[in-house]
Order: sequence, then structure tokens, then C-alpha cells
Amino acid sequence: MLLCEEVQLLKKLPYFADLDGCKLKLLAFASERVSYEPGQKLFKQGDGGDSAYVILSGTVETVLETPTGQTKIRENGVNSVVGEICLLCEGERTNTAKALTHVEALKINKDCFSRIIHDSPNMTMRVTRTLAERLRHTADELDTVKAHQFV
Amino acid sequence: MEKNLLRYIWNHTRPQQIWVLIVVLVSMIPYFLSLDLPKQIINGPIQGAGFETPNATQPFMEFEINLPLLGSIYTFEGFQLGRMQTLVALSGGFLSLVIINNFFKYYINTYKGRLGERLLRRIRFELFDRVLRFPPRRIKNIHGAEIASMIKDEVEPFGGFTGDAFVQPAMLGGQAVAAMLFILLQSFWLGLVAAVMVLVQVIVIPRMRRRLIELGRQRQITARHLAGKVGEVVEGIGTIHAYDTSNYERADVANRLGQIFKIRYDIYQWKFLVKFLNNFLAQLTPFFFYLIGGYFALRGSLDVGQLVAVINAYKDLPSPLKELIDWDQARQDVQVKYEQVRDYFEFDDLIDPATHAIASVGQPYSGEQLAAINLVIEDEGGVRVLNGASIRLARGESVAMADNIGRGAEALAEAFGRQVWPTSGKICLGDHDILELPESIAGRRVSYVSADTYFFHGSLKDNLLYGLKHAPVEPAQYEGDAANQRRWEIREAQMASNPDFDVRASWVDHRTTSISDNGDKSDIKNSLLAALDKVQLTDDILQFALHSTLDAQSNPQLVADVVAMRHALHNEIRSTGRSGLIVPFEPQVYNKEATVGENLLFGKTLQPLDKTSALLDSDHFYTALAKVGLLRAFVDTGLTIAGNMVEIFSGLPPDHPFFNQVPFLTADDIVYYQQILQKLGTRRSHALSAEEERAVVRLTLEYIEPRYRLGVLHDDLREKIVGAREIFFAELPAHLRGLIEHYDPDAYMSYATLQENILFGKIANRNADAPSEIRNIAARVSRERGFYHQLLRVGLEFDIGAGGRRLTLVQRQKLNLARALIRRSDFYIFNKPLPGQERRLQEEIVSDVLTYLRQQENNPTIVWVLSNISLSKLFERVVMFDNGEIVEDGLYETLREESGIFKALVA
Repeated sequence: MLLCEEVQLLKKLPYFADLDGCKLKLLAFASERVSYEPGQKLFKQGDGGDSAYVILSGTVETVLETPTGQTKIRENGVNSVVGEICLLCEGERTNTAKALTHVEALKINKDCFSRIIHDSPNMTMRVTRTLAERLRHTADELDTVKAHQFV
Repeated sequence: MEKNLLRYIWNHTRPQQIWVLIVVLVSMIPYFLSLDLPKQIINGPIQGAGFETPNATQPFMEFEINLPLLGSIYTFEGFQLGRMQTLVALSGGFLSLVIINNFFKYYINTYKGRLGERLLRRIRFELFDRVLRFPPRRIKNIHGAEIASMIKDEVEPFGGFTGDAFVQPAMLGGQAVAAMLFILLQSFWLGLVAAVMVLVQVIVIPRMRRRLIELGRQRQITARHLAGKVGEVVEGIGTIHAYDTSNYERADVANRLGQIFKIRYDIYQWKFLVKFLNNFLAQLTPFFFYLIGGYFALRGSLDVGQLVAVINAYKDLPSPLKELIDWDQARQDVQVKYEQVRDYFEFDDLIDPATHAIASVGQPYSGEQLAAINLVIEDEGGVRVLNGASIRLARGESVAMADNIGRGAEALAEAFGRQVWPTSGKICLGDHDILELPESIAGRRVSYVSADTYFFHGSLKDNLLYGLKHAPVEPAQYEGDAANQRRWEIREAQMASNPDFDVRASWVDHRTTSISDNGDKSDIKNSLLAALDKVQLTDDILQFALHSTLDAQSNPQLVADVVAMRHALHNEIRSTGRSGLIVPFEPQVYNKEATVGENLLFGKTLQPLDKTSALLDSDHFYTALAKVGLLRAFVDTGLTIAGNMVEIFSGLPPDHPFFNQVPFLTADDIVYYQQILQKLGTRRSHALSAEEERAVVRLTLEYIEPRYRLGVLHDDLREKIVGAREIFFAELPAHLRGLIEHYDPDAYMSYATLQENILFGKIANRNADAPSEIRNIAARVSRERGFYHQLLRVGLEFDIGAGGRRLTLVQRQKLNLARALIRRSDFYIFNKPLPGQERRLQEEIVSDVLTYLRQQENNPTIVWVLSNISLSKLFERVVMFDNGEIVEDGLYETLREESGIFKALVA
């Protein structure tokens, strides 16, 4: 997959939809192309996080490691982003990401990302909105879980 | 050392001085004869004295040997020769006298030179020996560079003076007296005139020179301080830059240079004034000769031959006289220098030479305990840092020492390590004061390590084994010329009272290594590896090895093993099905992880392929590129890359971190490429100038498709590049071909590092885990093949730079510790050897070192001054210091229960 195709793909992601072509190209260029075989881990829960992954092909599952065992959270397909929380805040990975198939991904480095955000103010708004939507989604899910517990 | 340099010289070179004096005296005979001969030639054959008739003959070479007391002992009648024959014979005699005189000069000068150089060697060594014997307190106040300047430069004139010290006055004095006598014999009055003038010179000139000597002394001191200052600046260069004080240092040095200039200029002025006066006086005398001698000649009381002889003899008088005066000046000069140097090196409390006596085998000594008795230590400021401490350390104990307030524990450790001398009280190793024991006992039974690391310029290995070099263990073997050379070295060393220990012998004592299982050299290797392992330095050393380049010619075996390791690694990667990790270099295949340039050259270049490389700078490169039909394609590709780069990077500030993604581009380059593109517009690439074309081609050469993903490298171009490899190389002229070393799977590349040689390919960019995975596989394979030890051996040859500056602080501290762990000692004193290192590392190293040393069957005592008191749990006994006094001393468990300072600190 070429740089220009990656740019097209990034454009489809809600985070980057507003970003102009040049900036997106810069982001894509500054990011690393990585590939994983089935079973290989993109990152592990508890590690320090310094990058997010845009999945270009294949499927990645995110897993929560608990003392009692692993709980699968979800499967992430093409056009999804994993590990993006760490782009905005410090902290450890809250889950493990593992390749289920052969995976091609774009590894976006935290420093590059913050630099791009720094240079394009309206993107900050966009990212905040996307995060807020995800938070509402998560809160909904949590409510549902709690509601189930009461039943 | 004697107070007077002349006395020093006389004491050490008496027989030689007497011998050379005798030779000088003997040389006076032909000298005197040669003075007399011109008169004979002029008066005899030339003016015809004794040849009044045409057939007259005169005896030639008739002589009589007269000795002052014995009278005539031999008479020779001589040959009868005619006037012409006599002229030829006398002239011939004159020539032979010249030859004989010069031969004497040659012999005397060579002899004096050798004498001087030997004395110089002696005095230099004696000063150096004193440096080694300086008491610790003294060492703190001296400048290394000043000492070096004294030993190297300031004593230098002594050597030149030595040969002249007694010979010069004798010889020149003899000559002067001879010439003077001769003049007096010829004419009393002329002689008297000459004598008066000489007296004036001898009295006045030296007086004027006293000032010169004083100036010389000042020059010596300022020059020495300058050397010290320069040394200081070099040592402290980091501090100077950090605080922006470089201009202060410039001012300081410029001021010193100004002082030196002033002194030197004064010296010149005086010197030439004295010279002027001296020359004037010397030439005033002939004036009197012409006037008075001419008067006598006119009056007829002096014949012309006599007058010519007197003037001739006088010609020889000023130069010995002047040199005699010079000699006296030199004598005063070196005497002043000598006193200056001597004062610096003369103390009452120098370490006794017996303490340093060489001992090739460690003497048996039962030092079952190390004890401090009423020890008082004061620091440089006179403050008591240890106040009457007494402690006894038995063999096999492990003792943690720590300070609450003050630095008593450190001071005690320093005293154990003989780094400071106690003010009162003493340290006993066994039954004797440790300062009275020879270093061959105190310096081997006790190993001392502090944070104050010092290393000598050399390899890591030399420094690690430094603590084992007490005495030559195995003599070096010499044959033929080398043996003669060695014999000469020994003889000369003895003549100058230097020790004749052979520095080329093997000094590393394999009997005193910490691991001593086999009693042979493998103990050194095992101790070394173990010590490195315990201080966690092995990985660093492997890295040194992997990043080093080797000269293939001088390491044929190693080079072959590297290539074998390369094949083994590639086989292992293939057989485990991980071929995706690495893309090897193959002659007929385009390596997609390598740059276009690397693919074209298919070899390693000595310099990286950038703007400054000789290869890209040369016209031949582009001519060759055009010949293989790639130039146009590379220019067009380069333009596409330039377009993309300009689009991506234009407008970014020069310090933007994204420029790190493309190491070959800077913000200035982007502007340049932007200009090229704008100028070109829609025209074809032929419109570019040669320089622009090259700039664009450089972009293509740096391009890696999977890395930059611009999609500009098509399959047919790749094939063309691979196909052009050989022809392109052949098209380059020989001097450029020499810059490229072809990739050959079976050959070692001298231009590449060991790591590149082993990998022989590019690590797949895409696979995030590839580097670590390859490292693991390579580590496994190299251990299996035993290649690991060879790598370590290469790493141990790493040059650590002056004072170990090429190592990081952490590496230096670890190396310092490892250097002590290699040695077998009864007592190990560790004085905060790893300050400022992270806790986890400290704990691991302390614990590993303790375990390692406890394994030794000689049951050593380990004393560790801790900066991190929580580590005291690893020790049996704990000693707490507070304000320079021992406040708690007991087993770790006991102290932890008692409510004291220790408990408070550990809790």
C-alpha cells in the first residue's frame, strides 16, 4: 500500500477527517508501516504506550488481562484505530492488542501526533469530539452492564 | 638530591669526566702545535729564514720530548728538506694537525653528548621516581602538566650542560691560556694589552648577565604555570563550556602569554646588549694590536711574522673566552633551574624506596586482620573527619559501613586504601603498620575501589588487568638482533641508574586472579569474564565489539569466523522459518530494504553516501550513471521524490522533529528543491543544470521504497539497477572503485562494522519485532558456536580514550569495580564505588559481588561503604558512623532490633 492510499484511508477515520491532505500526508509519512503475523502482539497491557495503530489490513483483537484470565474486548478490523488513548495522555496500556490474521498497520508515534495537533488547532476540537463520543458510548455500555447486574 | 647541580653531575659522572678531561688535555698538544705552525711556514719557507742559499736545507720533524721533571727523554734528528720541500711538508703537517684536532673534537663531543644524555635520563627518572613516592597530601597540590613540563622540558638543558660542566672550562680555559701564553711569548706588551681586555670581559660581562639569569628564572616559572593552566583547561573543558567561561580562560592565557612575552623580550634586549659589549671589547683588542704592534714593527723590535702570529693567536682567543663566559652563564642558568626543580621534588616525607621494592612473588604474610587503632584523620582544611576510631576487621567478615552525619566511614575506607595518611593512630594489617609494609604486601592483600575512577589510555583489557601487573612474571624471549638490543637496553639503563625491568615481559600475574582453579592463563580469562558479568558490563562490551571495524589482514582467523557466523545466522533464520526478518544482499536480486544507492553500488562504502562523499562529489560517478543508462531515470525519479518531499515538508520550521524521518534532508534542502521544481515548471528534466541534476539524483540514491512508500520505484527500474551493477562498477575509475567494497557472501568487508558483517543484509523495516528477534537468535547462535567469546575479545580491545573518557560515567564506575574483582585479595574495600546509580542496579551488583567474592577459598573480608543504607541487609556486620565517630557496630540483625541511628535510618 502506498503513501497516497494510506492518506485516503486516514481521511476516512473520524479523527482525521478535517485534516487537510498535506498534513495527513505528513502524518502518514512520519508514521511507520508495520506488519504482524497471527498471534504477534502489537502491545501488551501494562507497557508504557507511545503510539497508536491504524489497521490497514487484517484483524486485531483487544484483550483485557485480569488475574482470572483474559477477556476479549472486541475485534478491530480495517479502518479502525487501536491504542489511541495513549496519544493524548500518559499512562500504561489498559489492554493487550494481538494480531488475529496477518496485519498491516500504520504506527502513529505520539510525538508526531501531538506535533500535528499542535500545528492544526481545529483538529484538536475534532479529536476532543471523537473522544467525547467514545466516552458516551463507553458510559452507555457501563450503564447497560450495571442495569444487567441489578436485574 | 644534591643542592648544587655541578656536585650532582660530579658525583654521578666522576670517572667519565676525568677521562674526558685527560682526552682534552692530550688534545691540547696538537692544538698548540697547530698554533705555532703558521709562524714557521711564513718565517721559514715563505720569507726564507734558514734558506738563504738556494741549496740550503733544514731539518724537518726533528723533535725532542721534554717532560717537566725528567728532562729530555727522546731526540729525533729529522729529515733534511729544501725550501719548497719544507713548505710542502710543513703545510702537510698543518693539514694533519687540522685532521687530528678535528678528530679530537669529534670524539670529545660525542663522548660529552652521551654523558649528558645519560645524566638527563638519570635525573628524569629520579624525578619521576619521586612523583611515585610523593605522600598523598602533596599529590593534591600539584599540577600534572607542571610536573610533566618539569620532567620533560625544564631538565632538558642539564643534559647539554653535563658534558660541558667540567670539560668546557678545562678545554676552553686551556685554549685561552695557551693563546694568551703564546701572545705573551711573542710580545710581552701586546700580551699585556690582550690580558687587560680579557680581564675586563671576564669581570664585566658576567655581572651584566645576572639580570639575564633572574629573567630566565621568571620565564621558567611562568612557562611552567602556563603548562599547568593549559592542562587544566583541557581537563575542565566541559565545565568551561557549561558555564560560558571560555573567554575568561582566553583572557587568562592571553595574559600569561603577555607576561612570558615581556620576560622574553627583556631577555632579548639584555642578551643583545651583552653581546654587543662583548663583541666590541673583543674587537677593540685588534685595534690596539694594529696600533701598538704596528708601532713595534716599524720600530723594528717586533718582526712581521711575530705580529701576524700574535694577531692569528688572538683570533683564537676571543672565541674560547666568549665560550668560557657563556659556560659560566649556562652554569648559573642550569643551577637556577636545578634549584627550582629540586625544590618541587624534595620533601622529608617521601615514601621510602624500600616500600616500593619489586616482588615478583607475593610474600607470605599472615595478615589475618585489618585494624584501625585510635585513628584520627583530618581533611585538607584541617577538619577532623575521623576522630579516634578503633575497629578490627577479621577475615571472612562482610561489613557495611555508613555515615549518618559527616564522612567518617569514607575517610576510614580511604585510610584502609592508603589514599590518605592518618594524622595520628595507625592502620595495621596483621601486626604491622600498613604504611610501613611494602606495597607488594599492602597493595596486593588489600584491594581498594572508590568512585574516583582513573584509567590509563589503552584498551579495556589493559585497564582491567592493570591491578595484576606488579612485576614481570614471564620474561620476554629475544633472539638475534632483538637480544642484542635488549642487552644494550639493560646496560644503558644501569649506566643511568634506571631499573632494567622489561616492559615487554608479561606482567600480568595469573597466580593472583580471583578465580584460580587451574593455575594457568585460563584463570585470567575466567576471572575477567566473571568480573565483567558481576558488574553487568558484558553487554556494553559486546556492543563495542559489534560496532567496531576490523583490519581483515591482521585478523585472518577472526574474519573467517565472522563470515562463518554470518552463514550460521542466516541458516538458523531460514531453518526456523523466519526468513522475513532479514533481507540478505544477493548479487542478482534488488534488496528492497536497502537504498537505491546501496543497490546500485552493491557494496559498502567507507564514507556514508551523502553530499560530502568523494564518490558523489566526483564527475565520474554521473558519467558512469549516464553510460549505464540510469541517469535520466534517476533524475526523473528524483524529481518525483522532490515533489513529494516539498509537498510534505514545505513550511515546516527547520527544527521540526519530522525532519528526523529523513536524515538526508534539511529545511534548507527543501527550499532548494522547491526552487528547482518551480524553475523547471512543466519542462522536461533535461532543462536542469548539472548541479541541480546531481542534487536530484542524490534523492533517488537515498530512497527506500518500503520506508517512504511513494511508489516511485517500478519493477523495471529495479531490474535495470540490478543489471547495471557490474557495468557501473567497471565504468568507475580505479580510485573510486577503491572506495567501494563489494558485498560478497563469503568475504569479510573491512569498511563495515562487525554487526553489519554478521547481518549481511537489511533488517525488515515492517516487522516491528525484527531487531530484537534477530538479536536473540544471533546471541543463541554465537554462544553455540563459541563466537561469543571472540566477540568479547574484540570488545575488550576497545580503546577507552585518555582517562577512560570514551566510556560513560556508569561504564567507568563498573569497570573500576571489575578491575578490583579480578584481583585476589584478603581484604576488599569498596568506598561507594557506584554512587548515583539506580537502586535496583546497585542492589544487584552489590549482591552479585558479595556472592562472587565469598566463593573464593581464601575467605576474604569485604568492607563496603554504602550510600544506600537499605543494602546493609546483604551484610553480616554493620558499622555506623556519626560525626566522625563509630556509634554503632554489630550484627545486622542485632542493630536492627536496637533503637539507634541505624534502626531509624533503615526504617
